[in-house]
Amino acid sequence: MSRRLWDFHGGVHPAQNKKQSSETSIRAAGLPDYLVVPVQQHIGTPAHPIVGVGDRVLKGQVLAQASGFVSVPCHAPTSGTVTAIEPRPIQHPSQMDALCVVIEPDGAEQWVEREGLGDYTRLDKPTVLQCIRDAGIAGMGGAGFPSVVKLGVKPDQKIKTLVLNAVECEPYITADDRLMRERAADIVTGLQIVAWLVEPEEILIGIEDNKPLAIEAMRQATADTAMEVVVVPTKYPSGGEKQLIQMLTGKEVRSGGIPADVGVICHNTGTAYAIKRAVLDGEPLISRITTITGDCVPEKGNYEVALGTPVGWLLQQAGVKPTDLHRLIVGGPMMGFAVHNMAVPVVKTTNCLLVPTAREFPDPAPEQPCIRCGSCAQVCPAQLLPQQLYWFAKARELDKAMHYNLADCIECGACSYVCPSNIPLVQYYRFAKGEIRNQQQEQQKADHARQRFEARQARLAKEEAEKERKRQERAKAAAAKQAKKAPAASAAPAAGEAGNPSDSATELNKLQTAAAATMKRYKDAQKALAQAEKSGSGNLEALQQKVAQLQAKADAAKTAFQAARAEGAAPEAQPPSAPAEDPLAALKAASAEDFAAYKAAEKAYEAARDQGADDAETLRLRMEELKQRSEASKTAMKEARAKQREAIQRQNAAADPLKAAQIEVAKHQVLLKKASKALQAAKDSDAGAIDHLQAKVEEAEHQLQAAENTLKQLQQEHA
Amino acid sequence: MALLTVTSPHIHQPGNTGGFMRQVIYATLPGLFMLTFFFGYGTLINLLLAIPVALGAEALMLKLRHKPVSFYLNDYSAVVTAVLLALAIPPTAPWWLTSLGTGFAVIVAKHLYGGLGMNPFNPAMVGYVLLLVSFPKEMTTWLPAAGLDNSTSIPDLTTSLRLTFTGAEADALSGATPLDTFKTYAGQPEALDASAILHGTFAGYGWEWVNIGFLLGGLYLLWRRIITWHIPAGMLLALFLLAGYFNTAVDADTYPGVMHHLLSGGTMLGAFFIATDPVSAATSNRGKIIFGFLIGVLTYVIRTWGGYPDAVAFSVLLMNLAAPTLDYYTQPRTYGHRKPNKGLAKPD
Repeated sequence: MSRRLWDFHGGVHPAQNKKQSSETSIRAAGLPDYLVVPVQQHIGTPAHPIVGVGDRVLKGQVLAQASGFVSVPCHAPTSGTVTAIEPRPIQHPSQMDALCVVIEPDGAEQWVEREGLGDYTRLDKPTVLQCIRDAGIAGMGGAGFPSVVKLGVKPDQKIKTLVLNAVECEPYITADDRLMRERAADIVTGLQIVAWLVEPEEILIGIEDNKPLAIEAMRQATADTAMEVVVVPTKYPSGGEKQLIQMLTGKEVRSGGIPADVGVICHNTGTAYAIKRAVLDGEPLISRITTITGDCVPEKGNYEVALGTPVGWLLQQAGVKPTDLHRLIVGGPMMGFAVHNMAVPVVKTTNCLLVPTAREFPDPAPEQPCIRCGSCAQVCPAQLLPQQLYWFAKARELDKAMHYNLADCIECGACSYVCPSNIPLVQYYRFAKGEIRNQQQEQQKADHARQRFEARQARLAKEEAEKERKRQERAKAAAAKQAKKAPAASAAPAAGEAGNPSDSATELNKLQTAAAATMKRYKDAQKALAQAEKSGSGNLEALQQKVAQLQAKADAAKTAFQAARAEGAAPEAQPPSAPAEDPLAALKAASAEDFAAYKAAEKAYEAARDQGADDAETLRLRMEELKQRSEASKTAMKEARAKQREAIQRQNAAADPLKAAQIEVAKHQVLLKKASKALQAAKDSDAGAIDHLQAKVEEAEHQLQAAENTLKQLQQEHA
Repeated sequence: MALLTVTSPHIHQPGNTGGFMRQVIYATLPGLFMLTFFFGYGTLINLLLAIPVALGAEALMLKLRHKPVSFYLNDYSAVVTAVLLALAIPPTAPWWLTSLGTGFAVIVAKHLYGGLGMNPFNPAMVGYVLLLVSFPKEMTTWLPAAGLDNSTSIPDLTTSLRLTFTGAEADALSGATPLDTFKTYAGQPEALDASAILHGTFAGYGWEWVNIGFLLGGLYLLWRRIITWHIPAGMLLALFLLAGYFNTAVDADTYPGVMHHLLSGGTMLGAFFIATDPVSAATSNRGKIIFGFLIGVLTYVIRTWGGYPDAVAFSVLLMNLAAPTLDYYTQPRTYGHRKPNKGLAKPD
């Protein structure tokens, strides 16, 4: 033990509780009735299923293909039939569902064709890397990061130290311990493959000093290699990647960086073992060693479990009675998460199922106020100030929390473990981290929206400028043209005939302006009158007279204008730019005008009535008159519209008799319906005239029949 | 089947806030023993008075603030406040003095600021300073240490009770403390030499043992990891350096020696029990060293040039004011960062 070890800040020493599960050899868990294989068992993009429901799959066959760089495929853990591909509950702190491939094993355990690469050293690295990727290997220590991504060393990067993380610092878990004791040679072979890939200067195997037998086994297996087994003192969380690197090399991975930045690559024991199986035996990752422990488990120990095995079934194999269950923790007691659904499957990262009794893991004590004792800061391996982060998280002062390096928290739980006030600190940090993520996403969205808005504004401004420029150009051109024309026009004899388009147009414009002006004056006078009425001023009568006068004038002007327009409606009289005046549109406008006048009169009358003015009666008469006029014009317009529509239909019908017939049928159908409805209503309300309505309905039926017959005839002709 | 869903970690180190506080109370026992040995039952009577007052005030305030009373009373924080205050005030203190100080400490200094964990100032010291500035005579009347000259012995229990509840003979019995004595005779070598109280085994007679008692208790707290070494070390170092410099390099007759400062008055009680109150102290390790050091400096300055013979309470309160700022500027360097952060987050 000449190697120098460094220490990391803080750390805690929880009771190990490893003996319960470390003293029996690894057992095969067997095959359940069905396997639920999630397509995402790693960090990154979920794999994409390539089998269908009903397919028969062989053991080791690819069920879902990797999609993207940070992704790995999933394989069938045994041979059988795919019975479903659907969202199922998975192991996740949020208890969510995710896409899974469900397989019903046939018990044949029939493998796909498999062949190891043999002497991989004669191959090139990409081939071996591809083999590891195809085997679906993701970090088996807990995070599940696709191993191949870590192994693909960039050409400009020099890896000095390759570390095998065999620390297993979480209490209770002994999966790596057992694996090392029983299959040390395979692990070392796997590590050699990794070493061949990354070409490190030194290879270190970090094991905590509470595993003497594993240390011995690994020492023997590495006896004639360049690898060195380094025993590190037991202190949680020495198995954290960053902490282990610090202990072994004294280097710190900079915040936000990866170990390769400081020339270190770190792999888990289980991963090295899986790499050996993949490269030399051609077996993809379809099973793993899982520790099943806790006082609820009669058969504590390590089990070799097919991925996708439902947790509930597995616990039964270990003798757990469902009635004994109090909590179920996936992972260790420091960082594992509680699940409450027994249907969740074992996945690539499931290193432990911990089923403690209520006595073993008492319910958490109620939270007391923080007294800033600072115990948390003393044990924090990231050297944060957990109590400050707690205050900031609680007060939602997220910017302060970020300033205090919340992002560097590894959520190891040491702070909560020692907190005398039983504050679930890690939970506060997870909350704050989530809030910060949300905020950043919101910010990003807002930024995008702003950018889009600004881009749009800029585009509109540009278009506007372009339009303005064109308009000015046109105006200039027109002015130039006018200037050219002017002498010619004055020389030519004035074409003073009546009906000269430009002349009559000008006349019309003048009249319109005059009418508008008079109207305006009338309106102004009306307003003045209303005001005077309100303020009760003396010259009411004079004003009233004026209003009446102006009204007459305005009417006259309008009539004159309308007459002129009607005259000018002669085809050639229209200025060419204006579209031929549509009679319907004119009627519409008139109707609208009349309606507006009526409404105004109504208002004036109501105001007068409310104030008890003398002329209320006159106003009422005026209103009635206007109302009639409005209604008349409305009817006229409607008639015109109906006529027009009919004309159009007729036109269409002329073009296509078949269509006409169809329309006819539809029309009659509508009529029939109307008539039947009316009849029904009359019947319901016991009103008279039922006979009459009955007759109407019959007639409508008759007509419909006729129309249908015509249509049929026509169709036959066409055919 | 309802399984418990709890977030990690799922295991917890034994112990809670109440346990922490009880350890602090146990750690005061050696000091309490010395106080009783040299000054009689007065301090014990103070304790027995202060604890019920503190618990009553705490319960009342919890009730008014609609908090679960028994849950919070179990954290022993009110008892710690009562114990620290009772140890700090003279054994001759009348009952109302003790009660007033304790009540004020718990009600105003603690609960009006939001209760446990929220108070910016050390409650016991707020109570102490209130009494010191309001009732200077009662608060500076100490007894002569037992055995100082052959005639003095501790007052018996009846006398102590009479002192507490009637205050009658306090003047007749009173005697100066070493800090008082030195302040009175500073610069007069003959008078200093003649004062027996200044010539104990290491420092002032009687008081040296009281301070050693609290030092032992403090070492126990360090061993139990209830406190860290940073604040006591900072404070004692400052006193050591200043006292050493002025005593040896300036004038030994005006400025008392290192031992006199370290083992007189409230030095050890302050260094290990008062200044280390986590709620009102700085929290980062570097911050704690600075916090303790500046308390030492202030204590020396006020003792030497100020109007009061002792100054631990003032110094602690003044530094409580500075603790948040110290924390902002003494953050540790987080793993993976080149430099520690300083100050507050910069507004974007």
